[in-house]
Amino acid sequence: MRGSAITLAAVLGGAALLAVLNLATGPASSVHVSSFVIGLTGKYLCYAILALAVDLVWGYAGILTLGHAAFFALGGYAMGMYLMREIGARGVYANARIPDFMVFLGWKELPWYWHGFSHFPVALIAAMVVPAILAGVFGWLAFRSRVSGVYLSIITQALTYALMLAFFRNEMGFGGNNGMTDFKDILGLPIGRDSTTVGLMLVTALVLAGAYVASRALVGSRYGKVLVAVRDAESRTRFLGYRPEHYKLVVWVFSAVLAGIAGALYVPQVGIINPSEFAPANSIEAVIWVAVGGRGTLSGAILGAVLVNLGKTWLTGALPEIWLFALGGLFIFVTLFLPRGLIGLLPRRRRAGPIAEESPAAASAAREATG
Amino acid sequence: MTEGSLLYLDGVSVSFDGFRALNELSLVLEPGEMRAVIGPNGAGKTTMMDVITGKTRPDTGRVVFGADTDLTKLDEPAIAALGIGRKFQKPTVFEPLSVWDNLLLALAGDRRPRFSLWARETAEERRRIEGILETTCLTEHRARRAADLSHGQKQWLEIGMLLAQEPRLLLVDEPVAGMTDAETAQTAELLREINRTRSVVVVEHDMEFVRALGVKVTVLHEGSVLSEGAIDHVSADPRVIEVYLGR
Repeated sequence: MRGSAITLAAVLGGAALLAVLNLATGPASSVHVSSFVIGLTGKYLCYAILALAVDLVWGYAGILTLGHAAFFALGGYAMGMYLMREIGARGVYANARIPDFMVFLGWKELPWYWHGFSHFPVALIAAMVVPAILAGVFGWLAFRSRVSGVYLSIITQALTYALMLAFFRNEMGFGGNNGMTDFKDILGLPIGRDSTTVGLMLVTALVLAGAYVASRALVGSRYGKVLVAVRDAESRTRFLGYRPEHYKLVVWVFSAVLAGIAGALYVPQVGIINPSEFAPANSIEAVIWVAVGGRGTLSGAILGAVLVNLGKTWLTGALPEIWLFALGGLFIFVTLFLPRGLIGLLPRRRRAGPIAEESPAAASAAREATG
Repeated sequence: MTEGSLLYLDGVSVSFDGFRALNELSLVLEPGEMRAVIGPNGAGKTTMMDVITGKTRPDTGRVVFGADTDLTKLDEPAIAALGIGRKFQKPTVFEPLSVWDNLLLALAGDRRPRFSLWARETAEERRRIEGILETTCLTEHRARRAADLSHGQKQWLEIGMLLAQEPRLLLVDEPVAGMTDAETAQTAELLREINRTRSVVVVEHDMEFVRALGVKVTVLHEGSVLSEGAIDHVSADPRVIEVYLGR
């Protein structure tokens, strides 16, 4: 419980502090936080939600996903479609009926699947429902066939790769290679204005906090205990009468929805969505964040996502050519020397210890001291 | 012959890559019975357990549980839900979970995610877990992680989990492998205790242990029944002597 409180305080407190330092101080002030930093923070928080999603399935269900960027990107595309419709007649071709890239392709009508995306709620629902449906179908087929381990990892990788190739095609109607960009506003608020940037970052922090609380509740429930049992001794759970495929499917779909939400929050903050978001390397990076922070801890996923991306921002600015080597090296280092991640460096909490071996006298003394 | 039987294996055959693990195996278990199944390595003992619990599907033959449930049509969770519990040779408990939670997950009840997502521990569940903790001498270890238990305690915890499942039929695979004489005697006592309310099939190598159980014995050899009857009867059977001692 204490760990959860610290995590929530760090996320919400940190975000609120940055927001205040941005809005309430002038650029000349020594404690001023620029909107650039706010924008970066918002991006990191989106990654943290994605990392939570990866940790749920990898840390608690043992499903090493190498394709979670697919769900993230699908959520991002859903939001991108709304943002494109928001542009209206302000595009280069001043065409209010269809987005610029469709005009460029010589299309006359809006494809059927674009209808409704001028409404924000529709985009929001699509950002959750589309990843959920994809994850549901994929998971149902894979888990029912008892595909697991490295084979499952490879299929998830293939899934995101196939989607990347599909979204590269102009005929798909999602902007092809260039994707979607040049967004003007979201819910009537101009994108790029400082207050919008701060607002989006704060919303992302709130969503991250909510996702954390929900994930904590999930893994703390009886369902979460069965999930851990499935992770460690799947066939044993079958002989107890549990159906591991159902348990995996529930967390898999929930995780995909979280990833979709993260993607939907990400796109208005970075201002672009294109097929490179489906790139296999993105999914692998998300796994590394979780490994660095500490697999199966939830808090570690958030920590890892923020720290690794801080490092990435710094290193790709200072020495861009060595970033991938650094990332690979980091992964090897963590695997070899920090199997429990950065969170594993903290002293182990009492609940993991053998309570029965604690003498009653010591326990009552401790109660008196604290009570 | 099969009227009122609890478990009826009828001409069951299983082949792996041409090797016949079970060969027209037929066996009848009465309700409330305890049966010992013995046989040399490769006789098909574990494959027989796999077939009963749904892990392996037989090539031919039927496995009937109760009145008319054909187990060969069902998978492991469905068979477990019918009331067939299985104890493996190597104790398999859920290591990161506490002793208490291990028993909680094993308790008979709704196994679907839609239930377990919202489930709260009930007073009835607590009462049942307390009872099993007592039977298995684990009361003071309830909050420990199962990973931190000794080998013997893990064996007891697994037996506790089987009791929590409240099975009608219990399949026990080599329960005394690696045990001391005292532990072996204790385990025989526990199995007899369990047999008061449930049917039990014990697969075992150890002839002395089987003798201590004092129940009907089925000797398997090359995937089918070689001999059946009281321990003195089968150990006097020339074919059994041939298989165990001869060549």
